[in-house]
Amino acid sequence: MNEILNLSRRDFLKTGAAAGGGLVIGFYLPLGNRLTAQQTEATFAPNAFIRIGTDDRVTVIVNHSEMGQGVYTALPMLVAEELDADWSKVRVEPAPVDAAYNHTAFGMQMTGGSTSTWSEYDRLRKAGATARAMLVAAAASTWNVDAASLRTQNGYVIHDATKRRLSYGQLAGKASTMTPPQNVALKDPKDFKLIGRPTKRLDTPEKINGKGMFGLDVAVPNMLVAVVARAPVFGGKVRSFNADKAKSVAGVRDVVQIDRGIAVVANGFWPAKLGREALDIAWDEGSLAALDSATQRDQYAQLAKESGVVAKKEGDAAAAMSQATKKLEAVYEVPYLAHAPMEPLNCVADVRADGADVWTGTQFQTMEQIIAAQAAGLKPQQVRIHTMLLGGGFGRRAVPDCHFVQEAVQVSKAVKAPVKVIWTREDDIRGGYYRPAAYHSISAALGADGKPVAWQQRIVSQSFIAGTPFEPFIFKNGVDQTAVEGAADLPYDVPNLQVEWKQAPGGVPTLWWRSVGHSYNAFVVESFLDELAHAAGKDPYEYRRSLLGKNTRHLAALNLAAEKAGWGRALPEGRSRGIAVHDSFGSYIAQVAEVSVLKKGEVRVHRIVCAIDCGPTVNPDTIRAQMEGAVAFGLTAALYGQITFEKGRVQQRNFHDYQMLRMNEMPVVEVHIVPSNEKMGGVGEPGVPPVAPAVCNAIFAATGKRIRRLPIRAEELKA
Amino acid sequence: MITFKVNRKAQSVDVNPDTPLLWVLRENLQLTGTKFGCGMALCGACTVHLDGEAVRSCVTPVSRAAGKEVTTIEGLSPDLSHPLQRAWIAQDVPQCGYCQSGQIMSAAVLLRENPKPTDADIDDAMSGNVCRCGTYQRIRSAIHLAARMKAGGEK
Repeated sequence: MNEILNLSRRDFLKTGAAAGGGLVIGFYLPLGNRLTAQQTEATFAPNAFIRIGTDDRVTVIVNHSEMGQGVYTALPMLVAEELDADWSKVRVEPAPVDAAYNHTAFGMQMTGGSTSTWSEYDRLRKAGATARAMLVAAAASTWNVDAASLRTQNGYVIHDATKRRLSYGQLAGKASTMTPPQNVALKDPKDFKLIGRPTKRLDTPEKINGKGMFGLDVAVPNMLVAVVARAPVFGGKVRSFNADKAKSVAGVRDVVQIDRGIAVVANGFWPAKLGREALDIAWDEGSLAALDSATQRDQYAQLAKESGVVAKKEGDAAAAMSQATKKLEAVYEVPYLAHAPMEPLNCVADVRADGADVWTGTQFQTMEQIIAAQAAGLKPQQVRIHTMLLGGGFGRRAVPDCHFVQEAVQVSKAVKAPVKVIWTREDDIRGGYYRPAAYHSISAALGADGKPVAWQQRIVSQSFIAGTPFEPFIFKNGVDQTAVEGAADLPYDVPNLQVEWKQAPGGVPTLWWRSVGHSYNAFVVESFLDELAHAAGKDPYEYRRSLLGKNTRHLAALNLAAEKAGWGRALPEGRSRGIAVHDSFGSYIAQVAEVSVLKKGEVRVHRIVCAIDCGPTVNPDTIRAQMEGAVAFGLTAALYGQITFEKGRVQQRNFHDYQMLRMNEMPVVEVHIVPSNEKMGGVGEPGVPPVAPAVCNAIFAATGKRIRRLPIRAEELKA
Repeated sequence: MITFKVNRKAQSVDVNPDTPLLWVLRENLQLTGTKFGCGMALCGACTVHLDGEAVRSCVTPVSRAAGKEVTTIEGLSPDLSHPLQRAWIAQDVPQCGYCQSGQIMSAAVLLRENPKPTDADIDDAMSGNVCRCGTYQRIRSAIHLAARMKAGGEK
């Protein structure tokens, strides 16, 4: 029951049979469900999201990608709740590309922005309720009783008066003939049996027995494997190449030039990689050949002296600053960061004259289909995108230019065979699409009561939105909102506020990285607020409380985290606490970090207490898991993360010099969920932003040293 | 021809003997539960057992497996009955799941050698396995739970 991608799918992929029939509801039925003709006829498919078979199996077609955040469980829970399904009979199937599966808020099929659950909350519950009503109508018709005399429970329609019951599978055939009701009533949340209760993930079994199918695991008949030699400098182009030595490597079948480099195509990964090493390529390195992180830092510092585009203005911050007697000024800096999902990027493309199939882990189905079609010379409807499990996404698999799919399509088209393009870890770390580096100059003035009377922040960063189809939606008044989110919407009471954005030159490919602009703005805002608290001689927790005014959700999270962490109570010798609160993606999160700093400046994070108000919960255990994971993600960046350049080249290449947090460094994470009926927010990203400031504020409490540049450098903290 | 056993079944492959075992398992034998993460023995996603010892198959030439017995995640149990698998389900450990085969294969050797590992033992044995989703806290509790299950304390 629990295998989302079952053996039949695997068999299918290996035999390459055509996609099964059974187009019962007018769209292509994805892989792995080759129903028999009889089953197909009897299958009840009231809408694009639900199929109920005569075997009682309930298949929920999920339009959001599973990348660890638990949507293959949370979204079926929404359907199953209103359907009164037997949860043990629920399974998941990834949606094909179809307008029916477009994101309810974004109008294209995609996963991102910590939106999956709230954006489907109404639609999927309605889908379930509609199916339930049709099953009830089918039973009423069968028994010739009033539908109102029937109830549903655990996959059955029940007539109590006559003690009769029929399973949903038994009713599937008849239900298919019922007219879907126009309006269905949804449950009162107090009657929920599934939503809001910790529920085991449907995808756990297949992720612990080797059966789960990630993009990298796809194999189709006659498939070749390719690795691509890409320019050593972003924007570089092939000037000339010699493939003789590469072609002489046993197993190498072909070497082809594509837009982004030279692809070595072989009968397996290893010969392809050896072939790539044997390539002789002369590159035109382009305009970034001299890019150097130290020089770029100076350039950003210069840009920070010029005024930027105003993202937020309240009162007159400059005037208030000039009149103030107590002022603070600081510079905060963050580096480029790679997403480094555990599964390196990959894509299988099979381009034929009459159509194409693409198998990959993507967050961006609609755009992949369009770009793949362009690259293949086909129409979008001729391209099928098969969404596989994602071995981590974090934004890296939501790329507006769809480059990793485009490459595979180009290679397949060139060699006229199905091809899997595999990225090595080095390709991934050096492959760009980083969280942008950012340079912040920030200043504030304090009044006589110690509270800020003015706050000015200028953010220098690149835009990865400018020039993409997203620009009209994400730019407001000339400001890339992803650059200023978490800064322009400062929650604290400051009467004179000005936040500006200064666009830095592009070139290095950048992208959304789990929590996007919040990932650095929370670090800057929450660290600087800590500076103000200390300058005012106030407790950092109480100082925040005094400035949060009517922001009850921030306050609830802050208070709960402080209480559970024992804020103000004694700690073991050598340990200190830091606190931060931040809202992003509709959720409000406070974290208290317990940290010690060793003599050599090494930082140990022992415990992080996290309180979240995300509104009503769907799967509380997933919320906890996402907070635990966010702590590891945020801590990895705070302690280690940086991509740097020298002579245009990325200096890091694998996990030895682009380090990940490991088991022995993982703090104890305690998650507390604020009971809340406020608007539902997301949980995938918002746990990340408070981590770095909570830890750095604890470091300040321990050492009196303020970390204003990430990653944390031990040499700055030596005793 | 290189001959070895994989999950108790004899296999022969005709490949460059330098080919890492990982790619032979994944591409020649279609055992894709063993994952590619780094290619440099830095992340543990490719961990399998070679004659019972945990090895990083991404840097293990297939020639080293000749005449030996390889166990992959697919061979750990036929039915999710291994205590580690039961504990992983009980703690709902995986997020994206990509690293979990390697985590479990590393943990299996730990538990065999040390039926009652401490937190420090777990740190020692498991720090070679990276989880980008950050499931470490649950991995730790699942290993403790599996140890209790193996000892017969919990089902």
